[in-house]
Amino acid sequence: MTGAEIVLQALKDQGVTRIFGYPGGAVLPIYDALFGQNDILHILVRQEGGAVHAAEGYARSTGKVGVVLVTSGPGVTNSVTGLTDALMDSIPLVCITGQVPTHLIGNDAFQECDTTGITRPCTKHNYLVKNADDLARVIHEAFHVARSGRPGPVVVDLPKDVQFATGTYLPPSRVVHKSYKPRLKGDPVQIKRAVEILSLAKRPIIYAGGGVVNSGPAAAQLLAQFARLSGFPVTLTLMGLGAFPASDPQFLGMLGMHGTFEANLAMHGCDAMIAIGSRFDDRITGKLAAFSPHSRKIHIDVDPSSINKNVPVEVGIVGDVAHVLEDLIKFWKSTQAKPDAKALKAWWKQIDEWRARDCLRYQNSETVIKPQYAIQRLYELTKGLGEVFVTTEVGQHQMWAAQFFKFEKPNHWLTSGGLGTMGYGLPAAMGAQIAHPKALVVDIAGEASLLMNIQEMSTIAQYRLPVKVFLINNQYMGMVRQWQELLHGGRYSESYMDSLPDFVKLAESFGAVGLRATRPSEVDGVIKAMLASPKAVIADIRVDPKENCFPMIPSGAAHNEMLLGPADKAEQPVSENGMVLV
Amino acid sequence: MTPRTEPVARHTIAVLVDNEPGVLARVIGLFSGRGYNIESLTVAEVDAAERLSRITVVTSGTPMVIEQIKAQLARLVPVHKISDLTVAGPHIERELALVKVRGSGEKRVEALRIADIFRARALDSTAESFVFEIVGDAGKLDAFIALMSGLGLVDVSRTGVVAIARGPDPL
Ligand SMILES: Cc1cc2nc3c(=O)[nH]c(=O)nc-3n(C[C@H](O)[C@H](O)[C@H](O)COP(=O)(O)OP(=O)(O)OC[C@H]3O[C@@H](n4cnc5c(N)ncnc54)[C@H](O)[C@@H]3O)c2cc1C
Ligand SMILES: Cc1ncc(C[n+]2csc(CCOP(=O)(O)OP(=O)(O)O)c2C)c(N)n1
Ligand SMILES: [Mg+2]
Repeated sequence: MTGAEIVLQALKDQGVTRIFGYPGGAVLPIYDALFGQNDILHILVRQEGGAVHAAEGYARSTGKVGVVLVTSGPGVTNSVTGLTDALMDSIPLVCITGQVPTHLIGNDAFQECDTTGITRPCTKHNYLVKNADDLARVIHEAFHVARSGRPGPVVVDLPKDVQFATGTYLPPSRVVHKSYKPRLKGDPVQIKRAVEILSLAKRPIIYAGGGVVNSGPAAAQLLAQFARLSGFPVTLTLMGLGAFPASDPQFLGMLGMHGTFEANLAMHGCDAMIAIGSRFDDRITGKLAAFSPHSRKIHIDVDPSSINKNVPVEVGIVGDVAHVLEDLIKFWKSTQAKPDAKALKAWWKQIDEWRARDCLRYQNSETVIKPQYAIQRLYELTKGLGEVFVTTEVGQHQMWAAQFFKFEKPNHWLTSGGLGTMGYGLPAAMGAQIAHPKALVVDIAGEASLLMNIQEMSTIAQYRLPVKVFLINNQYMGMVRQWQELLHGGRYSESYMDSLPDFVKLAESFGAVGLRATRPSEVDGVIKAMLASPKAVIADIRVDPKENCFPMIPSGAAHNEMLLGPADKAEQPVSENGMVLV
Repeated sequence: MTPRTEPVARHTIAVLVDNEPGVLARVIGLFSGRGYNIESLTVAEVDAAERLSRITVVTSGTPMVIEQIKAQLARLVPVHKISDLTVAGPHIERELALVKVRGSGEKRVEALRIADIFRARALDSTAESFVFEIVGDAGKLDAFIALMSGLGLVDVSRTGVVAIARGPDPL
């Protein structure tokens, strides 16, 4: 087989049916092999960055590995943001990149770049394949590395001569890795210690994250089972939303910078915390020195480097969430662990008092559309509609979506958490729609972010994807404006979005439907029209440009120093230490 | 930011890796990208049949940072094994330096005398220079080089630290 044929055979044997890409000189042999075969559908994006985010959306909404194919040089550099995004959010991707022929590498050849050098820090692993006989092994290995352990992006760089050369094909079953063997089962001794700590707890909390989603649907079920068994409250990170049903009375909402009052105060006041597939990110810890000061901490994570990275814990359990929870539940049952029922009741009473503050409350209006209201209505009107996938861009609208859209199942909420990449949502929605052609896929977008990858509307048109863009148009980089208001004396330097396009006409120019709501009374009608349309839609929801996102823990502050609303903001000037944080 | 009040300590870490292109860049990129110190780093193939190289890295940090460094190293796909020799038990550290001294008369004689005390060997000599080879731990080499700097030191080349655990067990 030629190298290019090996690539396709390996992809097929890995179960790949969809790839996202953009051609160029250095990958033409692979595009030639794609021609005239029907097993793999290639989705032609409009910019390589779109391909990577689309593959992320595909991967996160299915649990499978997303596959990207791009050319050398600019094809690679355009992919770097998406690769970094996937690395930060633990999304499994394999990205195949063309490279100049081996004999030209290092000569500043046309469209040459040091792909493995550039992508080394933004991938889980990368390869440069110089011999067609290594190709099958490397691709199978790449899939294994991408999807196992802590998932992440893997780049396979393929010089053009290797794509033409002939080599021997190896099926996936013949490939074993020498050194890479992630640990799935947790250490029983540590699991036992964890159960001991939890059964002694008077004010416990389960703090779960994206690792539960990564681990697969069984992990979410086990999490629910453990919550039921223990009666403990559960909070989720932004990346974890959906890993525990939002409608469950034991759910406290999202925690962290824009999390709920009850979740953050429960984290602050708990005496035992079990972190499950969550990584103590600075968006959730706030000021480290004041983070949950009185708790005994347990951390389950498949990546040993996540444990004790930011917050020291008493018990670290290295392993896959589903495997560890299964053992932990078994042990919990066999020891008949029973936390102090009276204490737990008092804890729930305290939590209910915090809940009663109704921290997500906002001042609605008859005349201007409040962004929270728009998202609430979107949620209410899509609730019974079967499979609904929501992606977001980055900014205030993303946080409001996290607060007001409720998810019952994992893999239905796709957002850029770790890197916070504006322009993620539209291509990610495209990828999710490719994976779930019949489902409703909505990108809850901000107008600034949407313009970062708006070219993908053309891809959406080409493949007749009925993606819905629910545009929270506040004519500002709202999140930037909010920080400028709170931290920089209201000097709105370069955060106003001047000269915005007419989004209705823009939609129409791409063959999509454009809708607009400017008054609260129009919101429901626009949402219904959007849902009724079989086509792609951009619904331009003109919202209050001045609205801020609360609750908010200002940077450098602790969980018990939240700002709950506009009235809070003057009370606590942000410290100098806080100012330097992002 | 964490208040870094914990004590900073020096650790010697041995890492067994696949000898493949880019593996050293991965290790070095990890240290520079995450802001860890490298005091010394050596690498060479140690098993030709299995194509394994051994990297010895001397670094320093608080206990939490050292734990991170080891966990981050272990995350690299071509890494087979890691051992923190400093905590694993007694071990031997050695470094080799080539030290060139230029001079004549009294100073030349003094340089030879000190070399003798340090068991450094003269590998090259001309009428006006010596090249000494000295082996020892990093502290011994530092001391020797400091003494030579008053005696016409013109050039130094050091290998960096290599280390191995005492006793019968492999890495
Ligand atoms: C504008 C903005 C505001 C934000 N505000 C907030 C906020 O208020 N609250 C918030 O929570 N986040 C917020 N974020 C997101 C934040 O930056 C982080 O991305 C997020 O908190 C990380 O989520 P996580 O801890 O679940 O970790 P993830 O990034 O999802 O990482 C998953 C963890 O689980 C581990 N893991 C992976 N697979 C497995 C497995 N199979 N078994 C076991 N462990 C596994 C991984 O090693 C990793 O440690 C915000 C982001 C943006 C852009
Ligand atoms: C690529 C990129 N550049 C810059 C930023 C910094 N940033 C974070 S939110 C934001 C504003 C987003 O504006 P918009 O998409 O309109 O969302 P809004 O906050 O108004 O809801 C910016 C510029 C980013 N996250 N990503
Ligand atoms: Mg905006």
